[in-house]
Amino acid sequence: MIIEFLSLILRFFLIVLIQLLVINNIELSTYVNPYIYILFILTLPVSMKPWKVVILSFLTGMTMDTFSSTPGLHMAATGFMGYLRNFYLQFACSKDDIESRMEPSISRKGLVWFVLYMSIMTLIHHTVLFYLEIYSFREFFRTFFRILSSSLFTVIILSLGQLLFYRSPKTR
Amino acid sequence: MRNLIFFFYKYYTFILFFLLEFFSFFVLYQYNNYQKASFLNFTGGVASGFYESVNSTTNYFGLRDINDSLLAENARLRAQMLNAYYQSGFTQTSINDTVYKQQYNYISANVVNNSVTKRNNYITIDKGAMHGIEPDMGVISSNGVVGIVTSVSKHFSTIRSALNGNTKISCMVKKNNAFGSLEWNGDDPKFSSLKYVNKHVPITTEDEVVTSNYSTLFPQGIPVGKIYSHTLDAGDNFHVIKIELYTDFSTLKNVYVIKNILKTEQQILEGDLKGDN
Repeated sequence: MIIEFLSLILRFFLIVLIQLLVINNIELSTYVNPYIYILFILTLPVSMKPWKVVILSFLTGMTMDTFSSTPGLHMAATGFMGYLRNFYLQFACSKDDIESRMEPSISRKGLVWFVLYMSIMTLIHHTVLFYLEIYSFREFFRTFFRILSSSLFTVIILSLGQLLFYRSPKTR
Repeated sequence: MRNLIFFFYKYYTFILFFLLEFFSFFVLYQYNNYQKASFLNFTGGVASGFYESVNSTTNYFGLRDINDSLLAENARLRAQMLNAYYQSGFTQTSINDTVYKQQYNYISANVVNNSVTKRNNYITIDKGAMHGIEPDMGVISSNGVVGIVTSVSKHFSTIRSALNGNTKISCMVKKNNAFGSLEWNGDDPKFSSLKYVNKHVPITTEDEVVTSNYSTLFPQGIPVGKIYSHTLDAGDNFHVIKIELYTDFSTLKNVYVIKNILKTEQQILEGDLKGDN
């Protein structure tokens, strides 16, 4: 239990640092703003209680807000995504997955399942985030295009990261 | 009563979510409306300290470019020095004290955090309230306009850069003093747009755009950029102008914060005027 908790904290800091020090400095174009820090919320164990996920989502968003001068922005988007994650996983996971305290990953559920899960969650997060950021529907289609291109990059980076760094599944 | 408790018990996740979401929107709304950030003053110290330590390591990589830009600025300032001018008379220097009263002070600062590709970009600098910086001060670089100070902590300040949907800077076309408002459309960090220039005003590409004398944040005539392209939409009263910015926001390292000494005096006077109406 304690080891699980510590590894969670370690992962949180690692992901936030990667987002702040590497991804935020890519600055390719205004249409490419990947936010990979949502990986922390997405890979929480399936069996985790929904209220814990919601609180962790808001905390993650708050951390990002602290470092990007945007009070409330990431908090609202990540919290929204964290809340909807519970519903998605309820119907996308089998009972076995929940009982074995599975952490969603390519190695456990396969590429298609994982990419679909990532894409839907990323789209939800980015949609809330980008529309809240400009705070109006003035530039509706430009923002929409930004959301699509940024989400694409987020999903690509996350999937590549999973393929490169995650160990093959431990057989139980 | 029991039903109520049961209701709370059943939907506690949703209620928790709702409360936290409400809180985030509250903070967000507060910030967007008044541009004063109690949240940032609270968290700003931690974030800025972090970026400061990151910056102190990455600073070494850009030393050559910084040196070059400083040399260029030195050369320009040297050209403006009194001994670089041919003195045609002596009257000017003798009455200098009474005619020229200093209105603007400049505080130099280093950029410790910056972004250019978000819709609303912010810059953090390493000078704060301790060095005399207050919210709503103009910020320029050696090339041109940078942005406006939003919030200040003891040692740091955050700046709403010109690449931000909420930043509007009063500008004018230098050759004919036509007024307009500089607003970023969120597309390309090298370009911005000048809005509300009346269509009867003749403009051409390559015209220089500078800050206007209507603004209390910037002295008149600080360079902003030059006109890159301009079109006229049918049925619109204003030019659609695209401006190439002089400031390269992606390599910004040194900036100057402008302190307008006469600003309160002007604002109090204008405030009196409004009371009359």
